[in-house]
Amino acid sequence: MKRSKIKLETKANSSLNNKTGPWRTHKPITDYAACIGCSLCAKICPESCIAMEIRTDSPRLKPVTDYDYCKGCALCARECPVKAIRMEEDIAA
Amino acid sequence: MNRPPKKFLSPGHNACAGCGQLVAVQAVMRGLDEDTIIANATGCLEVTTTAYPQSAWGLPWIHSLFENAASVASGIKAALKQKKDGKTKVLVQGGDGGTYDIGLGLISGMWERGENILYVCYDTEAYSNTGIQASGATPYGASTTTTPKGSESIGSTQAKKDMLAIALAHGLKYAAQSTAGYPDDITNKVKRALDVDGPSYLQILSPCIPGWQINNDEAVFMGKLAVETALYPLLEYKDGILNASSITGSFRAKPVAEYLKKQGRFKNLSEEDLKHIQSLADANLKRYRL
Repeated sequence: MKRSKIKLETKANSSLNNKTGPWRTHKPITDYAACIGCSLCAKICPESCIAMEIRTDSPRLKPVTDYDYCKGCALCARECPVKAIRMEEDIAA
Repeated sequence: MNRPPKKFLSPGHNACAGCGQLVAVQAVMRGLDEDTIIANATGCLEVTTTAYPQSAWGLPWIHSLFENAASVASGIKAALKQKKDGKTKVLVQGGDGGTYDIGLGLISGMWERGENILYVCYDTEAYSNTGIQASGATPYGASTTTTPKGSESIGSTQAKKDMLAIALAHGLKYAAQSTAGYPDDITNKVKRALDVDGPSYLQILSPCIPGWQINNDEAVFMGKLAVETALYPLLEYKDGILNASSITGSFRAKPVAEYLKKQGRFKNLSEEDLKHIQSLADANLKRYRL
């Protein structure tokens, strides 16, 4: 009987192929005028899919959510100290 | 949108939305550098981050069995020694099932040998991966699938095992406790543990959405409440001496009911049970107040 070999190794970070965005029913929307750039949301995101980036509207780093992976758990909206993130129903995803 | 940069733990893993363990893991990863090898026990973290044929890890990472992550780490350490590599750090990650119960003997062996390895336990207070069976870390009154609440039962009637004391009994140079409510505390403790030359242990309370029957957005909030009620204080022992605690002279603990009543797993508690759990928090206040 011919045995096929099972590959036991895989490429680093290859889970990026697995886009978890469609899990989402609600989408976090960040109000950049209210956001103070504290980076708490980026720190607590279980997906680590919020990155602190330079945007044109502010000299401070602001959080940018990658909706390809955001599962819509709303931890960021719940913990934001200035309530700058709101959850919106996300039917399109 | 640009692709996110390569990380020690990438998105695309299959943990539940809002998972408290993953909040804790991201904080642990921020305390590491790329010169680290990870040995992982069986559990949610292993299963959700390495769905075949993909891996979320950006560091060398190995999983063998449920019980032997500590021994695998010892083997990695021995290989590094043979290669005269004193720089590469070795980290073990396990859940409370792999730490409190199944891996306990082999963890004890690793600590006996005094190897410079950091062991991180993500404590969800049950076997979350297999469907919320009770573990040695399950607290009094918690309903699990093996200690279900019902007309004749409140849930678990056993006390939570004091794993931190077991670690300290091995004479560890560094042993600490944190929760997913305090990500910066976790990162700082990982860095300080890695500064110690010898075995170290960090235990992190990681709220589990299905296991605790809480909402998707409550993991960090629950991690904070566990500390604020003194049920799970932030602790740090260096050379066996408690040198920092969230319970200090000015600390005013919230009633434990605030923490318990927000979780489905504690829905069956009587006033008497609440009193008992309050007495556990009060005992912590006495024991850890600096």
